[in-house]
Amino acid sequence: MKKQKLLRRVVFFIMAALATMLLAGCENYIVLNPKGPVAETQYRLIIISIILCLVVVIPVLAMLVYVVWRYRDKPGNKAPYTPEWVDSKTLEIVWWGIPIVIIAILGFFTVRDTFALAKPQDPETKPLTIQVTSLDWKWLFQYPEQGIATVNYIEIPTGVPVQFVVTSDAPMNSFWIPQLGGQTYTMPGMAMGLSLKANEPGEYFGSGANFTGEGFAHMQFKVVAKSQAEFDKWVQSVKQTAPALTKDGYKELAKPGISDKQFYSSFPPELFKEIVDKNGGQYYKQHEHHMKMNQNTNHGDMNHDANQHMEHGANQHEMSGMKADK
Amino acid sequence: MLENIKNFASQFFVTGDPLIYGADVSIVLTTLAIVFVLTYFKKWGWLWREWLTTVDHKKIGIMYIIASLLMLFRGGVDALLMRIQLAFPNMPFLHSEHYNEIFTTHGTIMILFMAMPFMFGLFNIVVPLQIGARDVAYPFLNAVSFWLFFLGAMLFNISFVIGGSADAGWLSYPPLSENQFSPGPGQNFYIWGIQISGIGSLATGINFIVTILKMRAPGMKLMDMPLFTWSVMASCIMIIFAFPVLTVTLALLFIDRFAGAHFFTIDGGGNPMMYINLIWIWGHPEVYIVVLPAFGIFSEIVSTFSRKPIFGYTSMVFAMMIISVLGYFTWVHHFFTMGAGANVNAFFAVTTMAIAIPTGVKVFNWLFTMFRGRIRMEQPMLWTIAFIPCFLIGGATGVMLAVAPADYQYHNSYFLIAHFHQVLIGGVVFAYVAGLIYWWPKMFGFKLNDRLGKWAFWFWNIGFYVCFMPQYALGFMGMTRRLYTYGNWDLGWAPLNLLSTIGAFLMGIGFIFQAWQIIYSIKHGERDVTGDPWDGRTLEWSIPSPAPHYNFAVIPHAAGKDVWWRMKEEMKQGKAKQEKPKLEPIHMPKNSGIPFVMAVFWFIAGFGFTFAPTDITFGETKLTFVWISMAVIGLLGVGLCMLARSFQYDTDYYIPVDEVKRTEASLGRVV
Repeated sequence: MKKQKLLRRVVFFIMAALATMLLAGCENYIVLNPKGPVAETQYRLIIISIILCLVVVIPVLAMLVYVVWRYRDKPGNKAPYTPEWVDSKTLEIVWWGIPIVIIAILGFFTVRDTFALAKPQDPETKPLTIQVTSLDWKWLFQYPEQGIATVNYIEIPTGVPVQFVVTSDAPMNSFWIPQLGGQTYTMPGMAMGLSLKANEPGEYFGSGANFTGEGFAHMQFKVVAKSQAEFDKWVQSVKQTAPALTKDGYKELAKPGISDKQFYSSFPPELFKEIVDKNGGQYYKQHEHHMKMNQNTNHGDMNHDANQHMEHGANQHEMSGMKADK
Repeated sequence: MLENIKNFASQFFVTGDPLIYGADVSIVLTTLAIVFVLTYFKKWGWLWREWLTTVDHKKIGIMYIIASLLMLFRGGVDALLMRIQLAFPNMPFLHSEHYNEIFTTHGTIMILFMAMPFMFGLFNIVVPLQIGARDVAYPFLNAVSFWLFFLGAMLFNISFVIGGSADAGWLSYPPLSENQFSPGPGQNFYIWGIQISGIGSLATGINFIVTILKMRAPGMKLMDMPLFTWSVMASCIMIIFAFPVLTVTLALLFIDRFAGAHFFTIDGGGNPMMYINLIWIWGHPEVYIVVLPAFGIFSEIVSTFSRKPIFGYTSMVFAMMIISVLGYFTWVHHFFTMGAGANVNAFFAVTTMAIAIPTGVKVFNWLFTMFRGRIRMEQPMLWTIAFIPCFLIGGATGVMLAVAPADYQYHNSYFLIAHFHQVLIGGVVFAYVAGLIYWWPKMFGFKLNDRLGKWAFWFWNIGFYVCFMPQYALGFMGMTRRLYTYGNWDLGWAPLNLLSTIGAFLMGIGFIFQAWQIIYSIKHGERDVTGDPWDGRTLEWSIPSPAPHYNFAVIPHAAGKDVWWRMKEEMKQGKAKQEKPKLEPIHMPKNSGIPFVMAVFWFIAGFGFTFAPTDITFGETKLTFVWISMAVIGLLGVGLCMLARSFQYDTDYYIPVDEVKRTEASLGRVV
């Protein structure tokens, strides 16, 4: 009796827990609700890997329950007992085989998509470049083509690939917009690429994913995707209404502390390169090509260099610093 | 003068937090109570002779386990404090820096000062008994290892009240862990606590490899060894390759901090990515170092409680050895997002997934050991059966994490947190608890209470799922780790966080039941008079419980697998040899105080080095000279201890046959 009551309570508790999780609502599971091609590819991989894992996990769990029940040590249990049966080549080949096959299938998809995501998302379209700097404890975004800058807020046009070039002027962080695609580390002295695209207008959550100290928990930003026309309008309004970001202004901004959204109508043109260089970028020649690429896009000219950059600079980009060691 | 002292104290001690003051008071009271009890019952001599100077592997094992349970308590309290802070958005319980210290110490303690010593404790107690040896190969070194671990752990733990704890995460990535962003002694405590205990870990690795290779009872071939012993071997091989990397990495970090080098700061031409690679070249094998012995423990338990030899022994051995090799080729999966390029990521994704193959094989073999067996639901078996589903899910999410492009979405999120807690609690902690209950009678001569143990079991298990399943969901909701608050942008995270906190407390209750179980059983536990309470299969069950200090009165001849099981079968059939084995004087190592003293000197040196790079002042003077002298004195002391040991020739003795006879008789054995 007592046991049954306890069991009923436990079951009730588990049901309540499950209900809470489901009630939390599907739209909250932002990783499972992709809004861009990169996030979609990653979402597909997540689903494939879940299915492949379940193919093994569910039968094994069922087997476990069956075996434990059937062969429990109860007087009168008529199940066979074979204390000398310790080996079976056939069976062992089967269960070395099962995980090998599963891993081979999953490995195939993984490798395929790893390389696929390393290629530019949409090589035909000219990307929008945004230079990202993680600071203690806020994000600075510079739009070199538009000449504006923002803090903790990004606006992008939908359907246009966005080339993020990320660095840090503080401890290493990680730049993550779950609904558009997975993250990349922002590292001092290095400029790394991350190419994302929003398929539809909307507001997306972005955050820093790698711990950077005291104010780390306040490093969220909002990404707003809207049509090209609306985006252009927004750029114009920032240009007209916001103050300029000066070098001194940047020094002030870079000081440890948290910040709200901010907008700047202009910024010192060499600022991003200076940030990278002063943190050690000068030791890595490889950065020249990122820098050059940014200047090129500044002039609105997509030449060979920029294309080359795009090849590396997508989701799976190169580790610039390491390469420079060659 | 008074002003100077006050000023110094405010820099030296951690001040300003009521929680810390509470801890200060309880530390002082506990210390006073211990000193009082030892003095009142005149136990100082006993403590020194029987424990502080012992080289007996069983006593060292017990000390390891006591220390690790204390650390489990400390790490667990850290966990509960974090879960309280996260139970609701905007919880005004811990401020950011305090929270950051707590998750750093929680991770460091749980891996390095809980899992590792718990594992070493079981190594020490079980391995010599399983292979029919009287001690480990190097008993003195074994004591050195333990005391280095213990004082290293203490050095790390005093940062709680002196100087302040590390707060840059359990692996202390630079540049955050460099002087520029983390001045103060916290990071140095971290470095030196781990360095000192790390030397001990490396020595243990060497010690057990030699023990297993050279000290097996006559007749025991490598492919006859019990699987736990095999797992210890696999784990120790990884230790001796991985720990030197850790030592060098942390040494470089310390040189950066102390001498202003730039190994890991990019603005001086160094490279933080190098640190991240190096630390994970240790860090990933470390995970397998703690989980392989867990597999060994489960193999022993499954076989014993199913009354069947382990199924597919050869496969099991190969699976473990494959894991111990492959474990070195997966480290980059901890930072796919660092952007090493498609080739590198693809390689490490596939190697990581490949680990699932031997691991999967082990699960099948455990299942088929139970299949057509007779499964007794004793406590160790319960933990083992609970381990299988838990580890299956943890392993499956591990494979999911290995899918490099998908990892870009899991990295540093709560999905990752849930995954590694699932394999580390469901795999490692469940195993060590199962192992502790299983071998407890061999250590102390009585069984742990069943009813309380089952309560603990259910609280741990239900608590585990309630705590960590919601965290997978939180990962999909975009919650990242190491956030001390999420009030300003809650995305529906609150209910799941509250649920997770409830689960953590259920596990906390489970721990209380375990403590109660141990205390209750000391008084009321069922005495084990046979020496073989579980109807065991391996040699440790052939001797009395608790094992006499020389273990085996006569070294058994141990050909074949499951030696003790077959001996029992032969005895049942009356085929056992009747002739009395001839007793001989037993050669044993002498106790020594040097390991303890040497570790104390290491502690002094570590303390000096910890404060050497800091700016603590007394009046106007910086105290650098004082700290450096302390470090030098400590190192000199260590050197003197080594010198003293090298001139010690009287390090062993013989137990006469009479004494062996008396001991055996008092344990109810006829020889």
